Amino acid sequence: MTASLLSMQAISKSFGGVPALVEATLDIQPAEIMAVVGQNGAGKSTMIKILNGAYVRDSGSINFSGAPWTADSPQQAQRAGISTIFQEINLIGYRSVAENIFLGREPRRSFGFVDWSKMNADAAALLARFDVKVDVREPLENFSTAIQQMVAIARAVSFDARLVIMDEPTSSLDEAEVSVLLRTVRQLKADGVAVIFVSHKLDELYAVCDRVTIMRDGRTVSVSKMSDISKLQLVASMLGRDLAEVKKKGATAFEEGSGVIGGELLNARNLAIGHRVQDATLDVRKGEIIGLAGLLGSGRTETARAIFAADKKSGGSIAFDSADGNFKSPADAIAAGMGYCSEDRKTQGIVPGMSVADNLTLALMPALARSGMLDEKKQRQIVERFIQDIGIKCAGPDQKIKELSGGNQQKVLLARWLCMNPKLLILDEPTRGIDVGAKAEIQNLIRKLADEGLGVLMISSELEEIVEGADRVFVLRDGRTVEEFNHGDVTEAKVMHAMAHGTDQRSQGTEQRV
Amino acid sequence: MPWPTVLIREAREQNNVFDRALFFQRYGVALAVVLLILFNFAVTPNFATAQTVAVNLSQICTIVIVGVGMTLVIATGGIDLSVGSLMAIAGALSPMFFTGQLLPMPNLYMAIAAGIFIPILVAGIFGLFNGWLITRFSIQPIIATLVLFIAGRGIAQVSTNGDLQVFKVPEFQAIAIGRVLGVPFQVWIMLVIVAAAAFVLRRTVFGKQVLAVGGNEEAARLSGIPVTRIKFLVYFICGMCSGVAGLIVIAMNSAADANLIGLGMELDAIAAVVVGGTLLSGGRATIVGTLLGALVIQLVRYTLLANGVPDPAALVVKAGLIVLAVWLQRQEQA
Amino acid sequence: MKGFRISPSMAVVAVLIVLTALGAWRYDGFIGAYNVQSVLRYNSMFALVALGMCFVIMTGGIDLSVGSVAAFASVVSAYLSPYGLLAGLIGGLVAGMLAGTINALLITRLKIMPFIATLATMLAASGTALLLANNQSVSVSYDTAFTALGQGDLLSFLRPEWVDGENAGLLGGALGFILGFPTPAWMALVAYIVGAVVINHTAFGRSVLAVGGGTEASRLMGLSVDRTIFSVYVISGAMAGLAGVILASQFGAGQPIEGVGWELFAIASVVVGGTLLTGGNGSIGGTLAGALLLGIIFTILNFENGVGWISLSAYWQSVVRGLFLFVVVVLQAKLSKRVQAQA
Repeated sequence: MTASLLSMQAISKSFGGVPALVEATLDIQPAEIMAVVGQNGAGKSTMIKILNGAYVRDSGSINFSGAPWTADSPQQAQRAGISTIFQEINLIGYRSVAENIFLGREPRRSFGFVDWSKMNADAAALLARFDVKVDVREPLENFSTAIQQMVAIARAVSFDARLVIMDEPTSSLDEAEVSVLLRTVRQLKADGVAVIFVSHKLDELYAVCDRVTIMRDGRTVSVSKMSDISKLQLVASMLGRDLAEVKKKGATAFEEGSGVIGGELLNARNLAIGHRVQDATLDVRKGEIIGLAGLLGSGRTETARAIFAADKKSGGSIAFDSADGNFKSPADAIAAGMGYCSEDRKTQGIVPGMSVADNLTLALMPALARSGMLDEKKQRQIVERFIQDIGIKCAGPDQKIKELSGGNQQKVLLARWLCMNPKLLILDEPTRGIDVGAKAEIQNLIRKLADEGLGVLMISSELEEIVEGADRVFVLRDGRTVEEFNHGDVTEAKVMHAMAHGTDQRSQGTEQRV
Repeated sequence: MPWPTVLIREAREQNNVFDRALFFQRYGVALAVVLLILFNFAVTPNFATAQTVAVNLSQICTIVIVGVGMTLVIATGGIDLSVGSLMAIAGALSPMFFTGQLLPMPNLYMAIAAGIFIPILVAGIFGLFNGWLITRFSIQPIIATLVLFIAGRGIAQVSTNGDLQVFKVPEFQAIAIGRVLGVPFQVWIMLVIVAAAAFVLRRTVFGKQVLAVGGNEEAARLSGIPVTRIKFLVYFICGMCSGVAGLIVIAMNSAADANLIGLGMELDAIAAVVVGGTLLSGGRATIVGTLLGALVIQLVRYTLLANGVPDPAALVVKAGLIVLAVWLQRQEQA
Repeated sequence: MKGFRISPSMAVVAVLIVLTALGAWRYDGFIGAYNVQSVLRYNSMFALVALGMCFVIMTGGIDLSVGSVAAFASVVSAYLSPYGLLAGLIGGLVAGMLAGTINALLITRLKIMPFIATLATMLAASGTALLLANNQSVSVSYDTAFTALGQGDLLSFLRPEWVDGENAGLLGGALGFILGFPTPAWMALVAYIVGAVVINHTAFGRSVLAVGGGTEASRLMGLSVDRTIFSVYVISGAMAGLAGVILASQFGAGQPIEGVGWELFAIASVVVGGTLLTGGNGSIGGTLAGALLLGIIFTILNFENGVGWISLSAYWQSVVRGLFLFVVVVLQAKLSKRVQAQA
């Protein structure tokens, strides 16, 4: 093996006492395409941000091109040869393609004037290297996301980058665009540029990467050649599951359901939503917990939001409670008996400046009104009942919700829907970022509610939550429902297999239902 | 109690860190009013007279009334620049009714009723136009309301042909200069509007929904709150408040001058709202704060004037107050 | 290659030309030298203020202080006018830049949002102007050449006698017409040309548009965002200062109470001229066309009344201006929605 281009050794970093990276390592050879994979919170993005200067490491050493490396900012890293292409493309849509490549270091003529003709010619030449032929004078926003990605890459290359970091570059591309991007990545390699490729789409990783670094809980758990590791092994390693002895029980607080499963509550067929979801199909019965599994970017959240009418769907149909379920707005979905706890509590859940009581009854308020006035006595009764019933730890109903811990905020948001007596509750990552104790309480609560007849659609990245908690499991892969399991025969291995390979087994499971 | 006392203590201790900021946020304006009053008791001659109180309160009436509407708009994260122009529209329209110029009325009181309610409603409808631009086309409020800021005064001027309408209708003018219990009637109107709006904001579902929209619009939408309707309503209310203020102005002057009614009001109202402690980004609002904010600005001006400082200096001080208020907001959010 | 597309600023130029042609056809003397020159003389101030505003809006900011800063600068320059043309000119310019610097500091250092920061400066500048002027207008000195700045015609000395003669012909007429331009118009024209060159052909100009198009992206691309934002407010202050100098010179007095509503007129000019209020895209030339368009509406209404065919009072100008703004803003919103939908 030649000398490494990049070597990150024993990198540690914590935020406010919570460790995000624990002695993590990353090693890149020159002109190598390295996949970096891991779940949310595995430490991938922290690692990248330390490398490109957005964060400062607590400890550990970094060598780049044989010399110690420290970057103060992404700009400085870029000038020194490490360019990052962010998930949200950080370019300026109104400006031309050429400008986006050369902003900040435009070629000049005399008197400091911008040399437009040289700039345009250089930009066109750069893009031509990746077989991209566009009018570089047009505003960037006129082009597809894929071209915009390519422009970002061209900008990176124009800095003579020796290492390009791509953070989920394909998440908003369609299939044809993905293949163009992968070709560009290979072209980079051919030009001697190394690439760190962060993605959750396994097919792409196998198509383009040389090696893979797997991270979990802030540590580097495995490094191997792409050709030496199977998709299943990769997923297992990412999720921290030993294939040989996947435990049957015990990791979560979920118990066997004891309620009676009733008739059909929700039936969503062939949903299509933008680029992200092509064909998602699932159903929920009364008193049943449905687990919706899939890797990041598989379209779980998009599917949930479309069912709740928070986003428009571009295809498919939904039946809810033996009636039309193609709602126009969340308000309609709520009126019909749905509730939705979003995955992002902070931006889509809580109203931070309002009290626990107001947050808890936000959806219920119209029903608590007497000639427009809020019946505060009744509101207080309800809020206090829920605080007690589900154990929300707060100084009282009037405390501001932003002062509560994550777990207690989540309980308030659950209660926001429970006080509506919903028929179906959609929970997107209900236990993410919540401490162990509160997690168990929330899991118990979900089970109890289902036993009382509530239908639950639960998205979770934690396999044990899905496998132990759900009565049935649907697996999404790249925007398609690829598998359905019953509680009796679901195992972590099977779910992982479906997440990794998807369609291989589809004919056995779901096909008859559709 | 279901929660252990330890937790309550913990929560309180957590609060302690913010106590000082919280104190200023909540009581800073009130404190400023009290200090200004005390200062004037000590320094300014003839301060503690009914006359002084009446003068100071009358000065802020229209600002506070418009400020109430502005507070609601800002609570949703918006802003309304058109208030001054809407005042002009209502003010220009009203005399046409109570002088019987536009359509003959059976008696004076019906004419006055029409001259009060129709202009207010018209101003409200223009407010709905603002709401329509903002919700239908997702235009930033500052631009959407700029349209009526410019066109609104023109409409008022065109409808009066730019002429000054002079009138002497004491029955109508009572809304501004009549006195009840020795207090000018316009002050009563202001107090009633402030009380009503404070009640609405704190006690009604609508009030809570206004704050929810400003605090987290997406969360509000996902909770089934009719965000569009709420926005329409706050601009409607803001328009009507402007209408009321416009009527008070013409009643005070016994004349309606479309060129001057409400000129610069948008800035006075925004200043009062901001100094009063309402968050410009939305989500936290206080109607009483707006009243106090206007009072602080007025008292500072009065104090300076009464002590021989020229009036323009008060403008500079007002600028400082606004910067200070917003800067304090920033500190507390950071 | 995409086909030819009509940009918003081209549309406003087209409307301007159509309105001018309409005026020329309909009213005697509309494109006569006297009318054109008085329109230009009066509107130059607004055009300058709009130019500064255009820079600010391109970064996604706003400057409400321009009107009262112009008033403030007019007072300063009136006081300095006895010391000569240059003293008055530089004094007003510096006064404007000082106010602009205060805006810039409030926005970049204290992180106060532009709307509020410039609102405060507006009040402070107005107060300071009134204090300086003792609540009155301040007469300028007629002993120096100062009044030539606003009242003179810069190149009229080059104007040969014969163009006023009977046989001047079209060429002679045009030459006389152009050489008879008022000084403020020349100042505005030069400022706009410099502004357009700066925006289109310098790295600073590109960074102005880049910052408005995406502040965070610009920062990641290594542009010094704060410095760019700082500069545009100083530029806006300078333009307002220049407008103040012209104001004082043209009306023979520093006017502490002038400038009310100028900021909104300037914003309207910029937006009508096709610059996005959210920043990031825009046109200097479009802004000039926007300012002239809004200015010409007043003149057309005046002439229309003279013809007496339909009697529209001058007050319709605000209504028409508002209507223009409405149409432009709605079109912009629809356009940007379509772009979003495509993405």
